[in-house]
Order: sequence, then structure tokens, then C-alpha cells
Amino acid sequence: MGKIVTALAAGLLFGLGLAVSRMIDPAKVLGFLDVAGDWDPSLALVMGGALAVTIPAYRLARGAAGPWLEGAFHLPTAKGIDARLIAGAVIFGIGWGLVGLCPGPAIAGIGLGNWESLVFAAAMGGGFIAVGALTGHSRVG
Amino acid sequence: MENFTPVPALLGGLLIGLSAALLLWANGRVAGISGIAAPLLRPPDADHGWRAAFIIGLVAAAPIYGVVIGETFAITISSSVPVLLAGGLLVGFGAGLGSGCTSGHGICGLGRLSGRSLVSTLTFMATAVATVVIVHHLIGGIG
Repeated sequence: MGKIVTALAAGLLFGLGLAVSRMIDPAKVLGFLDVAGDWDPSLALVMGGALAVTIPAYRLARGAAGPWLEGAFHLPTAKGIDARLIAGAVIFGIGWGLVGLCPGPAIAGIGLGNWESLVFAAAMGGGFIAVGALTGHSRVG
Repeated sequence: MENFTPVPALLGGLLIGLSAALLLWANGRVAGISGIAAPLLRPPDADHGWRAAFIIGLVAAAPIYGVVIGETFAITISSSVPVLLAGGLLVGFGAGLGSGCTSGHGICGLGRLSGRSLVSTLTFMATAVATVVIVHHLIGGIG
């Protein structure tokens, strides 16, 4: 039960961050990606603000025995740069640039009643399933 | 740079960072949205509860924020349905293949100083910028 409450709180905080920074709006994201237009550097500061918390947070976790509500940390174990990592990032970037939506804002936008977000998120789910079907497993995360 | 909003951007970024720190310290999990959401499309397991709770919070946050600040803020997505479908498919497929998205690699992965995440983030930033420049400046926009 505890883990559900903390995950709900984390989801709320994440969505609040997207709303406050307006990254929930794909026009704002496209303003950052469009370096040839009227460039809006806001997204870089969102990442900077987030990293100012996550870098020390992950560093502190390294010295901890484990998380509060779980036996151990579940961190990615994949090592090395492979073709799958690069190909995935290239494909992801094209889709992100086409619409200006990535998974967080796409799902958060559903809460604002945007049917476009729902269409995008449904297609995104199709993409997740397609990878699982093609590769036998998904190691997303 | 008339659209630049440094203070809300930094504040929103700190909130996203706090979300990732909470999920790490409490649940021991990476706050990568695709990594949290994708397994929900598979048969239920012991992790379905917290994953669904996170997604519910993510969906509920913006309307709650709108009520709190007393302003219904709306977003405009101008892409046509075929472009939305293509973009969504590419984003889901790419995140699944490449083990993460903007949050998983860009915020959590860079947060733990992962070389894989740095390569991923630089790659998807570059292809996204190239896509936007090609679509909006060379082709002149699509549906």
C-alpha cells in the first residue's frame, strides 16, 4: 500500500512539474527543438532543474542500504553503447520532433481532455507492444 | 527568445527532479515514463499497482493544478491524426527499443551519470531538432 501512495505522489509531482514548466504543451517543446525559428531555451532549464535534484539523489542512493519501501534498488543494468540504443533514440527523436510530444506530456495531456493526446498515447502503446513482439522482450526503463 | 520562461522552467524542472528522487528513495524505481507505462500493457503482475498509481497521478496533476491556480489552462496540439499516429508509434517504438525516453534517459539516466543515457539523450535531441527543422523550414509544415 505504501508503495502505491508514494508512486501516486511521484506521478502528481511529475505532472505538476510538466504543468508549471508548460512542457505539457507540445508548442513549448517545439519552441526548444526549432533552433532555426524563434528559439525558446526553456526546456534546457527544465532538464537543468531536474538534474540539480536527480544527480545528488542518485549519488545519495548509492550509499544507502536500499529504498524505504522496497528490498533493493531496481536500476538499469545494461552496459555499453549498442546499435539498439542508438536506433531507438533516432526513432524516438523523429517521433518527438514530428509532434512535440514525448511519453510524459502525452499521458499528462490526457488529463486536460485533449483527444489528440489520447490518439498519440494509444499509438505510443502500439509502439511499445510492437517492440515487445519483435524483440521478445522490452527492457524499457 | 520572447517565449523564454526561465523561472517556471526551473521550478517545474525541480518538481520533476523531486518526483524522480521520491520514486527512487521510496520505491527504488527509475522515473522513466515509458518504463513505468509500457509494462501496464502486459498481463498484470505485482508491480501493476504502483505503476498504475503513478500514471493516475500524472494524468490528474494538470487539471488539479489548473483548479489551484484558478485558471483552466489548455494546450493546443495542431498535428493531424495521421501525424499523431505516426509520431506516437515512433515515440513508443523508439523508447521501447532504446530502453527509455526523455525522462528515463534525460533526467534519471543523466542523473546517475550513465554513459548510455548521455549517448541516447544527445542522439534523440539531435534527431528531434533535425526533424523539426526539416518539417517546419524545409518542407514548410505537414498536416
